[in-house]
Amino acid sequence: TRDDVCFPFLNLAHAHFIFKMAAVQGGLVDAVEEKDIKTEPSSDGIGNNNANDGGPLSASPSSSASAGSNKSSAGAPEDQQTLLAVLQFLKKNKLTESVDILRREAGLPEDSLDLKGGDSSGAGSGGAAGSGDAAGGDASALLSRVTASTASSAAVAPTFSPTAAGEDQPDVNVVLSAYSQQGDPKLYPVYYSGLKRFIESVLDCHRAELSQVFYPLFVHMYLELVYNNYESEAKAFFEKYTGDQECYYEDDLRILSSLSKREHMRGNETLLDFRTSKFVLRISRDSYQLLKRHLQERQNNQIWNIIQEHLYIDIFDGMPRSKSQIDAMSGSLAGEGKREANKAKVYYGLLKEPEIELPLDDEDEEAENEEGKPKKKKPKKDSMGSKSKKQDPHAPSQTRIPLPELKDSDKLDKIMYMKEATKRIRLGPDNLPSICFYSFLNAYQGLTAVDFTDDSSLIAGGFADSTVRVWSVTPKKLRKVKSAADLNLIDKESDDVLERIMDEKTASESKILYGHSGPVYGISFSPDRNYLLSSSEDGTVRLWSLQTFTCLVGYKGHNYPVWDTHFSPHGYYFISGGHDRVARLWATDHYQPLRMFSGHLADITCTRFHPNSNYVATGSSDRTIRLWDVLNGNCVRIFTGHKGPIHALAFSPNGKFLASGATDGRVLLWDIGNGMMFGELKGHTDSIYSLRFSRDGEILASGSMDNTVRLWDALKAFDDLETDDFTAATGHVHLQDNSQELLLGTYVSKSTPVIHLHFTRRNLLLAAGSYNP
Amino acid sequence: MADRDERRFAEVSRESVKLMAESAGAELGDDVAALLAEDVCYRLREATQSSSQFMRHAKRRKLTVEDFNRALRWSNVEAVCGYGAQDALPFRPAKEGELFFIEDRDINLVELALATNIPKGCAETMVRVNVSYLDGKGNLEPQGTVPSAVQSLSDDLLKYYQQITRAILGEDPHLMKVALLDLQSNSKIAALLPYFVYVISGVKSVSHDLEQLNRLLHMVKSLVQNPYLYLGSYVRSLVSSVMYCILEPLAASINPLNDHWTLRDYAALLLTGLYHQILLSLQKVLSDPVRPLCSHYGAVVGSTLWGGRCAVERVLFPHLPAYWANLQAVLDDYSVSNAQVKADGHKVYGAILVAVERLLKMKALSQPADGGSSGQPGSAVGVVGYRVSSPGLSPPPEPLSEAALGIASHLQAGGAGCPWEEWTPVPLPAMYCELYSFFGDSLAVRFSTGPGFGSYPPCPPSQLGDARKEPCGPASNPDTARKMPQLTANLNISPRQDGSPRTDPPPPSLASTGPGRSLARSSSSSSSSSSVQRSKSSLSRSGQRPAGPSRDVFPKARFTSPQTGLPTTFAPTPPVPAVPPRAYAHKLPVIGRVGKPVRRWACSHYSLHLPL
Repeated sequence: TRDDVCFPFLNLAHAHFIFKMAAVQGGLVDAVEEKDIKTEPSSDGIGNNNANDGGPLSASPSSSASAGSNKSSAGAPEDQQTLLAVLQFLKKNKLTESVDILRREAGLPEDSLDLKGGDSSGAGSGGAAGSGDAAGGDASALLSRVTASTASSAAVAPTFSPTAAGEDQPDVNVVLSAYSQQGDPKLYPVYYSGLKRFIESVLDCHRAELSQVFYPLFVHMYLELVYNNYESEAKAFFEKYTGDQECYYEDDLRILSSLSKREHMRGNETLLDFRTSKFVLRISRDSYQLLKRHLQERQNNQIWNIIQEHLYIDIFDGMPRSKSQIDAMSGSLAGEGKREANKAKVYYGLLKEPEIELPLDDEDEEAENEEGKPKKKKPKKDSMGSKSKKQDPHAPSQTRIPLPELKDSDKLDKIMYMKEATKRIRLGPDNLPSICFYSFLNAYQGLTAVDFTDDSSLIAGGFADSTVRVWSVTPKKLRKVKSAADLNLIDKESDDVLERIMDEKTASESKILYGHSGPVYGISFSPDRNYLLSSSEDGTVRLWSLQTFTCLVGYKGHNYPVWDTHFSPHGYYFISGGHDRVARLWATDHYQPLRMFSGHLADITCTRFHPNSNYVATGSSDRTIRLWDVLNGNCVRIFTGHKGPIHALAFSPNGKFLASGATDGRVLLWDIGNGMMFGELKGHTDSIYSLRFSRDGEILASGSMDNTVRLWDALKAFDDLETDDFTAATGHVHLQDNSQELLLGTYVSKSTPVIHLHFTRRNLLLAAGSYNP
Repeated sequence: MADRDERRFAEVSRESVKLMAESAGAELGDDVAALLAEDVCYRLREATQSSSQFMRHAKRRKLTVEDFNRALRWSNVEAVCGYGAQDALPFRPAKEGELFFIEDRDINLVELALATNIPKGCAETMVRVNVSYLDGKGNLEPQGTVPSAVQSLSDDLLKYYQQITRAILGEDPHLMKVALLDLQSNSKIAALLPYFVYVISGVKSVSHDLEQLNRLLHMVKSLVQNPYLYLGSYVRSLVSSVMYCILEPLAASINPLNDHWTLRDYAALLLTGLYHQILLSLQKVLSDPVRPLCSHYGAVVGSTLWGGRCAVERVLFPHLPAYWANLQAVLDDYSVSNAQVKADGHKVYGAILVAVERLLKMKALSQPADGGSSGQPGSAVGVVGYRVSSPGLSPPPEPLSEAALGIASHLQAGGAGCPWEEWTPVPLPAMYCELYSFFGDSLAVRFSTGPGFGSYPPCPPSQLGDARKEPCGPASNPDTARKMPQLTANLNISPRQDGSPRTDPPPPSLASTGPGRSLARSSSSSSSSSSVQRSKSSLSRSGQRPAGPSRDVFPKARFTSPQTGLPTTFAPTPPVPAVPPRAYAHKLPVIGRVGKPVRRWACSHYSLHLPL
């Protein structure tokens, strides 16, 4: 039930965060629209699920309380500071009503400035997400709406944290001021080198684990020095120890090194990430005891304080991990994901396919020349049907997320799909797919995104000149629907009315869609091929009709560049994510988002729907991947291990696995069920921009800026996983370096980066990119 | 500040900030400027950091001005306008003061508006599909790097080609050197020549990259120097590539930091190397008896008109004795079926005549120079040869001198594959004598009618006469005496009048076919081989030819009947090599004396009278 509990806190977290940002940035930007949308998830929600949500919510006050107090020791001071800062800000701006509301919601009595420390789970860290969104003078309106939706939860939440806040100066600066309370920062090099000496002297098995402490410690010490205006000392400190840090932190270190003034710390997002989120380390109990004892013996309070305040040490029992194990999982902006963050149950199974009766005669026509086929097909389909009747234990219930009814045209398409599926080529290491390359020529304006329809009949490109272009890949030309006046003249009873409504004069091989005012970074076709989504630098997501080739809706809400968008495989819903670090779930007929998923510490660079439409995955520049539950907005998985921003995600067709590709040129494979990494595919020499599983999931194709497509043996990778149950139990990864065995082929294009991949229904691989002469 | 440099950040100096403030009318103190400068640097870094995100999402590797502007716009800073062009922006320092600016050329809008060559818009964006890999079993070699035809080569060659091109165009300078060296000496790469030439023709597409251009030129040099490679018709492509580097306003020249001047120097130097390659191919044609006469004509005319004196002297002249036999055979065949061929032969004859005449005159002109420099015998010869071989070449710049010598020495040393012999200038009198032996009076007449020779000082003629008398003694045997006038009588060529030799139809005196002529034709191959032999030996001791008995040999070889001719041809040759080169040196003073007065003429009348 904890998942449900987090739901109200999501809003709370947003309130924190919005005010904090406003305060920190010191600018009040008008964003009325934004606020409306922000409150949307709670007030509107997904209408059909209100009942679903409501029940557990009201039924679990006690559990929420316990969940909160359990973590108070870890999460309280920080949240407290934040909330206090927000309250202070509100007071300053004479928003007394809001103060009351917020206090009531957070369960703060007026006399004591105590705060319940709670949400340190996914939703809680959502509050830490530093987006540039800012709310200003109209904040009260926002809060009142928040309250309206969470009035009930406010009543159930009041729990008093036993820890008393010792804040002297509850100001906006409180976020940074923690740094000023330390002792003499000039001694930091001494402390650091002392710790370094200690860690170098411990047993080998502990050394790797304890070495993890170096990086966060280094960062925080450096920031502290900078904050306290010890500029030259900070520089010297950085110079001296920067070489010790792992190479995969290089990018962050570069940002850090450019920061040398207290004033610079204000607007620096990376810094805020370090400060507002705890760096998570996983350390075995033995190693931790060792460290603790050392620090206590030396009375090294300085380091101990930093560890207490800025690190979250996830202690486990058992063998310390090896260096390679640690390296496999680290690299993200905020350390590894906490183990409990990945404990939630994920229904990764597929939804039952709707029963569709194949019109027999039609099929016979289709398969005239192969007499044996129809008979074979029948039993096959039956067996499939019976299998799905046996309800996969991992599958969500059919109605967990309300999905649109199938229309007749959808059913026809399903039939087409099944027919095609019977002709599908079975791929494998000995039977690799053919590759067709779609080259965009004369794309001097810059090709930024590509998508194919599921049936591979259309291809669309998003360009840096703000246009979206759609091409027909088949001989069938693209036609618009006739104008309203002409449509009136049509005989609506005729059988071929669908044909008649099309305007033959507009037939052309391609259509250009104008509307965005910035580069188009993400596009996605709807599964029924009637719509096209495009997300752009101008902060909007647009929905285009492929019947009229006009823009239907502009979804505003992100206010910052939207890096990616993706349609749900069942249509209707779509997800978008961008620079504001918040992923939004939309329905095509709502102009406001249904859910907002916040928690990433940096830009969301790619978004992907799970095949069963119940989950979405987002990849981010903070080098983590998060899996979100569409139903309740919770973050159910955090995958760490990439060493660069993630630009490609792909779910396996059976929904069990996720593949991710990043600028570090590596593809990582994840088991959604237990949240473990189980494969690392090395080979690409440049950023990976596209990933796709073959239709049956045997082959994983990856396309990269290095102008190659690589094919990997996904089945073998999955098999290796199943023989290795032990890892799942302990939560440690044992990655064998078998990239070369899994690599089935490398296919080079002349001078065309591969930015999109697509398997046709018959398993032909289509690749796309623009030719760079 | 110093350690900031180590981190390689962009930095705006305090002075720059001050300057900018001044330009805006503000006076800044040192400390303020320093603070501002530091803050500006930081903001710049921050903006750069976030602009890289726009680059990544646009799936590009190159950060554009547009990316940076977007980052600025999103952080509520005014964008920088006016730098959106795709071209590289040259960043220059101002001469006075430490000010840097981006060069911004004035554009004449009127001119632009009225321009007639309005650029057509770029082609429509489109998608084209191709099946790249069938069943995943496509071509596993990387495409694009290799021309498809290369696939038909053997694996070894293909591999060699790939390794070499990769090494030359790659990063490793050491590897490049090894590859170039191999390219220079490998004897088995003739089949790859077209592909290398193709690669080299890529200069046009890398004109922005000085480094690559240099590498390609080095490749040209290696190919040219490879003694086993006959460049043949590929010379043309190579020349055009090299010319491109010499003449075009390369994209690399835009950046003043690029040292494209060295490139041009080097390319020009290479061109002289290619010049010799062209001569070589002309010579090859000429020495190939199977080629039709029209080709020979082309080779002769080509070397005359294009190659200049040097070409005639080095290509045509040494080959003349050998070639003469063939030509003579043709010209002497009066059968009706041969009429057409004979007419062609006359054309060649005329062309040769013009060529050698010109050669002689030029030679006479430059005699003093040659004579003077060859005053130092022996060791100086090579140097002279080199200087003569590249008349148009200004002294090469310091760093290139080695390469220059490389090419020149190669040409002098020759190689197994090329018939380029050790070459030393033949003194004028000797040359005249030899030519006279072929052309007889047709040469002499033209020579004497020229105004320069009309007033030729008395001394040289006597000298010439001496020289002529000596070798021509044997040449005046009845056979030659009978033949040569006849030949010239048959020719009504007046190349001096219309610039190009023209042949009239053969004269009616066809009936006077000498006995055994038909036989001579059939034996021409054997006789020519013998004359080749001879010409080689004659060249090797060209300095002292007039003294040798070979003079007797030649006419005999040509005119004695084959059955008796061959043995006698060989009999007298052995003593020839025994003559020491000193004989040549001994003769030099004479030439020098001959030269002196000529030079005076050269300045006055003679230069006006150059044929062609």
